[in-house]
Amino acid sequence: MRVPLSWLREYVDLPEDIEELAERLTLAGLEVAKIEYLGLAARAREGGHEEGGRATLDWEGIYIGEVLEVKPHPNADKLVIAVVDYGRGPRESVTGAPNIRVGDHGQKVAVAEPGARIIDAYGPEPKPVKVKAAAIRGVRSEVVLCSEKELGLSDDHSGVLILEQDLKVGTPLSELLQDVVLELDLTPNLARCFPIIGVAREVAALTGQRFKTPEVEWHPTGPGISGQVEVEIWDPDLCARYTAALVRGVKVGPSPFWMRRRLTLAGMRPINNIVDITNYVMLEWGQPLHAFDYRRLHSPDGPGKRIIVRRARPGERIVTLDGVERALTEEMLLIADPEGPIALAGVMGGLETEVTASTADVLIESASFSSTNNRRTAQALRLMSEAAARFGRGVPPELAPLALKRAAQLMRELAGGEIASGIVDVYPVKQKEVELELDPREVERLLGLAVPRDEIIALLERLEFACHPQGEAIRVKVPWHRLDVSCPADLVEEVARLIGYDKIPATLMAEPLPPQHRDRTLELEEQVREILVSCGLSEVITYSLTSPEAGAKLDPNSSPEDYLHIANPLSRERSVLRRLLLPGLLETVAENLKHRERVAIFELGRVYLPAGKGQRPREPRRLGIALAGPRERLSWHVKPRAMSFFDLKGIIEELLRGLGLEGRFERPSRPHPSFHPGRTAKLLIGGEEVGLLGELHPRVKEAFELELEWPVLAAELDLEAILALARATPVGRYRPLPQFPAVLRDLAIVVDEAIPAERVAQAIKAAGGELLRELVLFDLYQGPPIPKGKKSLAFRLRLQAEDRTLTDEEADRLRLQIEARLAEELGAELRK
Amino acid sequence: MVQIEELEQQVKALAEEGRERLEQAGSLEECEAVRVALLGRKGKITELFQLLPQLPPEARPEAGKLINTLKDQFQEALEQRLAALKAETIERRLQEEAVDVTLPGRPVALGRLHPSTQVLREIYRIFSGMGFQVFESPEIETDEHNFQLLNIPPDHPARDMWSTFYLVEPGLLLRTHTSPGQIHVMRKFAPEPIRAILPGKCYRYEQVTARSEMMFHQVEGLAIGRKITMADLKGVLTEFAHQMFGEGRRFRFRASYFPFTEPSLEMDMDCILCGGRGCRVCKHTGWVEILGAGMVHPQVLRNGGYDPQEFTGFAFGMGPERILMLKYNIDDIRLFFANDLRFLEQFSGGPR
Repeated sequence: MRVPLSWLREYVDLPEDIEELAERLTLAGLEVAKIEYLGLAARAREGGHEEGGRATLDWEGIYIGEVLEVKPHPNADKLVIAVVDYGRGPRESVTGAPNIRVGDHGQKVAVAEPGARIIDAYGPEPKPVKVKAAAIRGVRSEVVLCSEKELGLSDDHSGVLILEQDLKVGTPLSELLQDVVLELDLTPNLARCFPIIGVAREVAALTGQRFKTPEVEWHPTGPGISGQVEVEIWDPDLCARYTAALVRGVKVGPSPFWMRRRLTLAGMRPINNIVDITNYVMLEWGQPLHAFDYRRLHSPDGPGKRIIVRRARPGERIVTLDGVERALTEEMLLIADPEGPIALAGVMGGLETEVTASTADVLIESASFSSTNNRRTAQALRLMSEAAARFGRGVPPELAPLALKRAAQLMRELAGGEIASGIVDVYPVKQKEVELELDPREVERLLGLAVPRDEIIALLERLEFACHPQGEAIRVKVPWHRLDVSCPADLVEEVARLIGYDKIPATLMAEPLPPQHRDRTLELEEQVREILVSCGLSEVITYSLTSPEAGAKLDPNSSPEDYLHIANPLSRERSVLRRLLLPGLLETVAENLKHRERVAIFELGRVYLPAGKGQRPREPRRLGIALAGPRERLSWHVKPRAMSFFDLKGIIEELLRGLGLEGRFERPSRPHPSFHPGRTAKLLIGGEEVGLLGELHPRVKEAFELELEWPVLAAELDLEAILALARATPVGRYRPLPQFPAVLRDLAIVVDEAIPAERVAQAIKAAGGELLRELVLFDLYQGPPIPKGKKSLAFRLRLQAEDRTLTDEEADRLRLQIEARLAEELGAELRK
Repeated sequence: MVQIEELEQQVKALAEEGRERLEQAGSLEECEAVRVALLGRKGKITELFQLLPQLPPEARPEAGKLINTLKDQFQEALEQRLAALKAETIERRLQEEAVDVTLPGRPVALGRLHPSTQVLREIYRIFSGMGFQVFESPEIETDEHNFQLLNIPPDHPARDMWSTFYLVEPGLLLRTHTSPGQIHVMRKFAPEPIRAILPGKCYRYEQVTARSEMMFHQVEGLAIGRKITMADLKGVLTEFAHQMFGEGRRFRFRASYFPFTEPSLEMDMDCILCGGRGCRVCKHTGWVEILGAGMVHPQVLRNGGYDPQEFTGFAFGMGPERILMLKYNIDDIRLFFANDLRFLEQFSGGPR
């Protein structure tokens, strides 16, 4: 909302310091986003408020002048010489403006002296230029008669700006034009401050000034309205009140300068006096109005016109003011005459009954429509008009006749019409009077600040709430213009706003600490992050929204039907909720590989899976890991080496250790399409499968444009299940430190290459029993002299007893037992 | 018969010889050769002892003493020489082992937490100090939880405050704020008092630009009890903001509007960039908004299972990415989910 202070001053006296006023308004909830100083450049704050382009003129050296006479130009037919006086004696100006003609005199115009800055009306963009006296076709032009464009007021350069007659010659133009405009950012509950009068009420209450209640003057002199206009409301659930007035014999033309100026400052474009008046009253009072061309309403049953407020009929259409034909639904409210729709109620008028240059009689509508229905209609038609913006947030029915009379009166004054006596007022659903009871203790209970009853009353009365003490409490009558107040808490907020939030103390809660409930899952989740970061992985967070195509890159068998779809996606790339973390992670890897060699990342987040009908979708937690590039960052210490499956596995083993879990890694029974068939494992914990890890299939690498020779490793784990298992794992017992020394034995064997290393290890452990405290595989070798199809495995065994020092003989005996077991079970031979 | 004087001569000469030869020995091996030459089985000092029987008996004790002294002195000199040589050897080795200390160290591969995670942890830490605990609630919400139970009926004008992604399944949407978590946590714990922090991802139907994201994190705070006031809300938020943004910053509270709180407020901080003088970041107001808050609306308390006559509460909501943008002067919100490691790795973690 743009609020010109010159307009606001009509309803409340303003303090000197506008910055301070703006701050007071902001703190009270009317956020002042910007202060625009017009013609007051000196007062604008440094770095300030002149970005609007038009505000850059200060109008210095421009005065109000009077045209004394207009003479023909001796050397040009299209030019004239205007003699003007602006308080310094007659001066001559050569002009081609079509509205200054030979023989004219007496117009009040804006005269720019040499040296004054005006906007260059002919330049490619509107830049300020300095006025210079110059000869035009042989006649010296001493001053410039300015157009609105040259004054920076609008884009209008169709003629010289003609000002009101009663202005005094010689007055600096800046005195007329200088203004301050507050730009307010209003929250939806502040619809009451859309109009100037609403802002004035707030300013009055906040500064302690008197709100100058507007008196609506109204001079109906024409014949009575009854018989000329009748109104029927067929759907009172959508239209609580409809008032109408008739002004006959108007002359449609431009509005006076002051009105155009105010509309422009408030952000609206002037059209003609009738339409401008409806907009002006809307900006001032908050009541959207509509003006119909009375004569163009159909009246098949007699001279009187009949307005019907009703829902649209199936298939009904209307061409709105913007020239668009709109198909209506039965939920939309119409203003109709007996032949059909003439306006989309509270949204936009119809083209057929629009006020035009030839309109003589105007029917003014001032009504109250259902905000809900109005919003639905405006949204369905994607038609956000000024009227709909207001009706959609609520307009009080009590306002309708006030604005109606104000508009009619202005039309009489500015368009020369005669107002028919009386108004039509159909008011089927009366505005509810809201009365509340407020206990001062409630104010203290909510604010933590005791406010005496009489002070509460004084504050609320400043906002026009009628207060009556009733025992300890206060009976509060909510004024009709406050649709936003419906419960005592709302009144407490009003009290707090007027006192100022800064006056409320800041305390720490006196309330005892409520019972504390731990969330182990969240704690473990943080622990997972710690472990992975210490394993060298960086955390990323990717979009939850993705596309089925991204998922299909990993698994060509996946189907779009598996996903939860967004009904109103912003783009195809973000049209479904992810089922996997890996697509987002791999996209991230690809992006980062554009500027670095090595990427090691993880993401811990949710995936979104459809559940059965009537059930909420599931959002299980997942963990994704992706590794690409060399194992170490490039340095002089090591030669670059590729990361392998075992780098990834090592991280996952470390993660499981950190969570106190034991996992098993198994070759999947069927190859998974995302992974290298020979370098994939499923992770099992306690028999439960909780994820997959492996080297990406070359096809997947290509699909994600991971253009590097080295393998890309990836894992997607069901963190929800893993954390549940970790939660269920009891705290491990401490194990006493060994009292007796250990004996080390190395064991190198040769087995068939198909035998998994883990089977060999299990056999060693089984044979080693309790004395085998630690087993480490430290060498794996294939190649000569080991026969083809065989592999050599070397283990280090740490043997230790809890109750004695193990002798060499015992250790050797145990090793022999292990060797025998390996030979028997796996056909292993000792490596010589 | 050998005379004692003759022996004395020989001892003196040998003492001289030992000293000289040790001095000339430049290595452990040479020292050993000197030792063998003097003290070995056929060494010159060893051989002196064989002279003893040839001395007059009365001179023998003194002669023995002389030779022993010679032997002890030589041994001492030998040890000193050995120690000196050892020290020299070590010194030489150390000099040979010198490295170019300006060579880069071996890279340690530690990862980094996402900056949003880092600031979330900071938020948890500050509020856990005031008794708040973390709870989670779903990201896919019902219209009822995201709006209606928060006092935002269908077609309410306030719905314009949240542009919403809807799911194809009717009634479901992506939560636009963490506030529906208030309802979940209230319904779980009513009528117990509550102090909860509700973090998570939120979504808005908005074109992604430097200033607006379709996905972001939010942290909701909720305190419900029998004596919770707006003064408490101000106190808790001020404490939080001082810890998060540092002492010495200025804050202000201004009236605002959220359908689920009454009274409502927003909290501003003096602009970090310009120190409150006015700049582009603070739109020349000198203030930047850091969070929204208010006293829980009585209808929302009822919807959560609390009697508003008995209980009051406050709620607040803030954006971790916004906090980061203010703290680090980041001018493009898209950086957070673009996941360029060159950006992410700039946040080394830890409170500051």
